[in-house]
Amino acid sequence: MMNRRDFLEQSGKFLLLTGAAALAWDSVLAGQPEQAPNYRMTDHWWAMFIDVEVCIGCGNCVRACKTENDVPAGPAYFRTWVERYHIPKKPLDPLDAEDHPTVDSPNGGYDGFPERYEEGDAGKSFFVPKLCNHCAHSPCVQVCPVGATFESPDGVVLVDKSYCLGCRYCVQACPYGCRYIDPRTNTVDKCNLCYHRITKGLTTACCESCPTGARRLGDLKNPQDPIHELLRLHKVQVLKPQMATGAKVYYNGLDGAVR
Amino acid sequence: MRQTFKDAEHLLRFAGLFAVGIAAFFALRAAFIPKGFGELGHYRAGALEDNRQRLPRFAGAAACGDCHDDVRQTLRTGKHAGVHCEACHGPLAPHAADPIATAAKRPDPLSLCPVCHQKNVARPAAFPQVDAAEHAGGSSCTECHVAHNPGLE
Amino acid sequence: MGDILPGVQGFMYPNEMELQWSVLIVIYPYVTGLVAGAFILASLERVFNVEAVKPTYRLALLTALAFLLVAPLPLQLHLGHPERSLEMFLTPHTSSAMAMFGFVYLWYLMAVLVTEIWLDYRKDLVLTARASSGLKRWIYRVLTLGSDNLSERSLALDAKIGRIITIIGIPSAFLLHGYVGFIFGSVKANPWWSTPLMPIVFLFSAIVSGIAAVLLVYMIYCALRGIRLDAACLDTIARYLFYAFIVDFSLEMLDLVHRIYEADESFRSLDFMVHTRLFLSQVVIQIFLGTLLPIGLLWLTQIVHLSELARRTIYGVAAVLTLIGIFAMRWNVVIGGQLFSKSFLGYTTYKMSFATREGLLPALIVMILPVVILWVLAWLLPPIEKEEERAA
Repeated sequence: MMNRRDFLEQSGKFLLLTGAAALAWDSVLAGQPEQAPNYRMTDHWWAMFIDVEVCIGCGNCVRACKTENDVPAGPAYFRTWVERYHIPKKPLDPLDAEDHPTVDSPNGGYDGFPERYEEGDAGKSFFVPKLCNHCAHSPCVQVCPVGATFESPDGVVLVDKSYCLGCRYCVQACPYGCRYIDPRTNTVDKCNLCYHRITKGLTTACCESCPTGARRLGDLKNPQDPIHELLRLHKVQVLKPQMATGAKVYYNGLDGAVR
Repeated sequence: MRQTFKDAEHLLRFAGLFAVGIAAFFALRAAFIPKGFGELGHYRAGALEDNRQRLPRFAGAAACGDCHDDVRQTLRTGKHAGVHCEACHGPLAPHAADPIATAAKRPDPLSLCPVCHQKNVARPAAFPQVDAAEHAGGSSCTECHVAHNPGLE
Repeated sequence: MGDILPGVQGFMYPNEMELQWSVLIVIYPYVTGLVAGAFILASLERVFNVEAVKPTYRLALLTALAFLLVAPLPLQLHLGHPERSLEMFLTPHTSSAMAMFGFVYLWYLMAVLVTEIWLDYRKDLVLTARASSGLKRWIYRVLTLGSDNLSERSLALDAKIGRIITIIGIPSAFLLHGYVGFIFGSVKANPWWSTPLMPIVFLFSAIVSGIAAVLLVYMIYCALRGIRLDAACLDTIARYLFYAFIVDFSLEMLDLVHRIYEADESFRSLDFMVHTRLFLSQVVIQIFLGTLLPIGLLWLTQIVHLSELARRTIYGVAAVLTLIGIFAMRWNVVIGGQLFSKSFLGYTTYKMSFATREGLLPALIVMILPVVILWVLAWLLPPIEKEEERAA
């Protein structure tokens, strides 16, 4: 549903991106992925805004990410995935209460979500897209024994595939389950916020393919970035705030039942 | 004094082993720590460039409008204004780079549109959704709706 | 989700369904635990002057060395890129317990264990070198580092420094295995692991397993070499095993009671896991067979007067049960910590393969290897003299 404000936001973002994208696109057209000449890491602090109230669980983001980043096919390797929550209506008899939501993520949401719940169910259902939270105080970076994973100066937690030992300590340390071992390289892999795109003025593949604007890349260091307004206007939360990871993926409409 | 040295000599030999080990350690460090390690933090600075080394597969909606300005104008006034081109048309970076050599394919509406618009109780209630099999007798979506400006009001 | 990956029950984050740390990572803390425990038993004689356990002093050190030499092997087999493991020493991340452990290991191996063994054995090495010829003489000459001095003062120096090393060695042994506990205990993402008690529980279960191992090794070695067992030594070791077990069991019960009482967000999920997927390994094997039964048996020997043979049999049985129980404890920590989802809504299964790099076969080989190494070490550096040899 596109109201006027959203439309203006979207167009504003288009205008902002067009100039930068044009510049960056020249490099891509040249056939060689070169660093955009005017990208300075210290000018940026990347984050993401996800609006749970708007996500329709189409799975575009999951498919786009796997395509863009050459993620291995299969049910155990996801840089991003979507979960569907179903919280049954609280029964009149409190002793009857089922205390936990029913969650599913069939193949990570790659093929969408088959209808499972009756319309008259009167429960609450919604979709939650998840990805690496690019934590500012990342526990995965903390435990890496060799420095194969790190936070870049522009706020993206990256993996150095040529240095990773494959010890999997970081996979254990991540509270969000966003890391996996790439069976082809025996090193760790995870969302890198499409670093090859955002450093050229493009947005991430998942945000690009999201039809409802539920996922939006944000640059916290850019005063003109729409994310500041979004954070101001909505009641936002991060996943597992008690872990104090400094997560930078901000969710609007995150129900308390979301794990 | 000399006797003390003689009695402790074996300890010095043993300590010598340690000295050799420590020297070897520093030699290994000098030889094998990769270039650029520690420049920006506890990591190899070259890893930043490594992470940038990938050819984008999605061109980005900004690129499409340069040639397809008419579609951009159609989109602008309709309900799909916020939907980027590749959300429906898939990754088109090769096409944007060389439009003649790599043609884009028009997606089939009945395969594409239900991906978003199929009725699903988990979708926000205000989001337009129908049962594709029953809606309008299961006919193709584009028989009534213009994909780039789908509203029928 | 069970249809996608059989063995998955409920909901798990998609990347969580496959276990990351296998049985090899169970073996690693088990083996380093045996090292720490064996060393602490050895240090009882040296530092705390418990004369009774003197016969097992050298045997305990050799046992520790045999297991410490094997300890890196399961890690190497597990790594995705073992050829890059040197990176942990070249660019260790100081905030990573795993990285710093590499140095703790190296310190313990070289500055404590090897040094102490060398200082204690030097006299025998020189004597053997003097009495041998050919290849054997050459081997022993190398082991002595070419030293031939056996004067009173040099031996006194050895003893003095050896004692200092042992004193340093005790906190080093604590650090060695406490660190392994910390590697797990500091992971806030995993509520099964994350507790400040973890290093302490690991350490005391290490002491228990190490003492039990030395007890067993002592009995088997003497039986094979035809040496008479020192009953007082055996009784003392068993007594220390009993005491260590009481402390270890109390700590584990404290953790359990604390979890049940506080019942935080993870409790329901973990409780379910312990009652179902972990029931056999945790309740039956670790708690009953591996802890309560050996404690009961050892307690029996403390309060009832039994014949030496009866006591010996009970010690042997208790030691075997203990070793199995402590292995189960490591299993329950490592594997158990990965069987449940961090969403607290689901569970998965550990499928152990057989002949792959991280399967059962290499696990068995890694467990048998220290025994082989110990055999070689005991041949090279005889830990216990036969009565007749001493008389001669």
